Amino acid sequence: MSAIEILGLEKTYTVGFLRKQEKHALHPLHLAIGEGEIFGFLGPNGAGKTTTLKMLMGLVSPSAGSARILNMDFRNPGVKAQIGFLPEQPYFYDYLTARELLDYYGQLSGIRGRERARKVSELLDRVGLQDASSVQLRKFSKGMLQRVGIAQAILHDPKVVFFDEPMSGLDPTGRREVRDLMEQLKHEGKTVFFSTHILADAEALCDRVAILNRGELKGTGAVADLTAGVKGKVEIVWQANSASASIKAIGAECHVTGNTVRAVLPEEQQENALDLLRREKLRLVSLVPLRKSLEDYFVQQVKAVEPERSGGVKA
Amino acid sequence: MTGRIFYIARNTFREAVRDRVLYNLIAFALLMIGGAVLVGQVSIGIERLVVINLGLTAISLFGIVIAIFIGIGLVSKEIEKRTLYTILSRPVRRWEFIAGKFFGLTGTLVVNASLMGVGVFAALLYVSHHLQKSDGWVLVALYFIILQFIIVTALTLFFSSFSSPLLSAVFAFSLFVIGTFSEDLRGFAAVAHGATGWLATGASYLVPNIAALNVIGSVAHDQPVAGGLVLYNTGYALLYSAMAVCGAVLVFERRNLK
Ligand SMILES: Nc1ncnc2c1ncn2[C@@H]1O[C@H](COP(=O)(O)OP(=O)(O)O)[C@@H](O)[C@H]1O
Ligand SMILES: [Mg+2]
Repeated sequence: MSAIEILGLEKTYTVGFLRKQEKHALHPLHLAIGEGEIFGFLGPNGAGKTTTLKMLMGLVSPSAGSARILNMDFRNPGVKAQIGFLPEQPYFYDYLTARELLDYYGQLSGIRGRERARKVSELLDRVGLQDASSVQLRKFSKGMLQRVGIAQAILHDPKVVFFDEPMSGLDPTGRREVRDLMEQLKHEGKTVFFSTHILADAEALCDRVAILNRGELKGTGAVADLTAGVKGKVEIVWQANSASASIKAIGAECHVTGNTVRAVLPEEQQENALDLLRREKLRLVSLVPLRKSLEDYFVQQVKAVEPERSGGVKA
Repeated sequence: MTGRIFYIARNTFREAVRDRVLYNLIAFALLMIGGAVLVGQVSIGIERLVVINLGLTAISLFGIVIAIFIGIGLVSKEIEKRTLYTILSRPVRRWEFIAGKFFGLTGTLVVNASLMGVGVFAALLYVSHHLQKSDGWVLVALYFIILQFIIVTALTLFFSSFSSPLLSAVFAFSLFVIGTFSEDLRGFAAVAHGATGWLATGASYLVPNIAALNVIGSVAHDQPVAGGLVLYNTGYALLYSAMAVCGAVLVFERRNLK
């Protein structure tokens, strides 16, 4: 069963004051996210990720389309008790301490007295803020606010969580911790839907991803399936003082250091390159196929729409 | 449902209480009440009149300023700073949020007015050495002032649901000022003809009847307040603010958050 079904959600903003223009922040989007999945919602800045999440949360109304969360219409108030949301670059009441804030959110989520106090302490512990629990949030760093944001999103034990850029503003350790936390949530049986513009964050973590660019869905599926279609690259290293023009002509990017040349070229040119090296009697050092990453897939997808950019309206 | 409104109201109150601006305003108002005592002392025989007049006017003015000053940011600040996102993604309806904000600020104002009211009574006790029966009317005047606060808070909330904080402040304050002359407006509407008459009649119904809520002058002269007026004012203030808050809810329900 799907935990989240996005059924043609769409958002058009009217921009400009005198000369009004329509801006498609999101073209009709169709997606289904299974229960217990970690789903990555990927795309560069301005792709429409936040817009999608805000519509799902009922913060902005869609121009068209609808969605179902846990088999209920997304506008059904009953949905809200079962979901958690971490906004992008979250900001909270800075006159409250972390404990007071979480307590307040617990009240609004309908968690009762004793249970609430226990939950708040547990969450502060879980996101590593127990020492800062009675500090006013105005004194918190960006990374600490991000942790508070994650704590409030899972405080009430929701079945589905929505995280908008959960790793932004965190240092490498923090990123790791958030990744671990998302994996724990999955083990607890929760569905995790998160957006990011950093593909590496998603690659190791997600069961499936969707790739969005300029409001359009570019692909969706398991990371391995998406990257399978990517034209791979190989790295060839040989001994020489310079890279010959013939090698460059077959599309190799060459870097010369001392008396070795390192070249990265498309997989299908591998045999041609080796022929050239043999013909020029150069000594081969290594040949390594480069791992196909989501990044490659992404670049390929985004490149495909690149020509459109010069003619289109600048975002 | 009511639980959530209460929690939002309490947090709104907490925010106000932790804001330094509030204390500055209260200190200033208390200073004015103290000043009233001094002025009263130089004008022998009318100390009570001066203390009641100045004291209650100070409470009313500073309360209105606080109502507008905090009221304009009640919703817009939460949208601007995006603190609303994590509220509205919980089982909190938008109308509950508005209601909670409204009760939170009116609660703050009631507590303020009560504290300053204690100041006025202390001043009264100081100038006349004992309380008298007609001091009860001062309480009624104070109650009417609180009703004014409720109306102004509701109006500010209504304006801020669709216009900028600055414009909301201007609108709310203008309506308050016009409202203090609402009797004149009604008088004018009664004698004017044609389009002007219609307009004046319409305006006299829309503008809050602040004039009826101001009994400071007569109370200062130890005149009693009619029981009917207490009833009328209570009903009027509640109905008027309920309508303004409903208006704010209607606008806010449809609003896209930034
Ligand atoms: N309130 C708004 N008015 C007009 N355009 C908007 C508004 N919000 C977002 N956009 C536009 O919609 C597009 C998608 O934005 P967003 O969803 O924030 O992207 P992402 O989160 O993927 O970085 C952007 O081009 C952005 O400029
Ligand atoms: Mg975004």
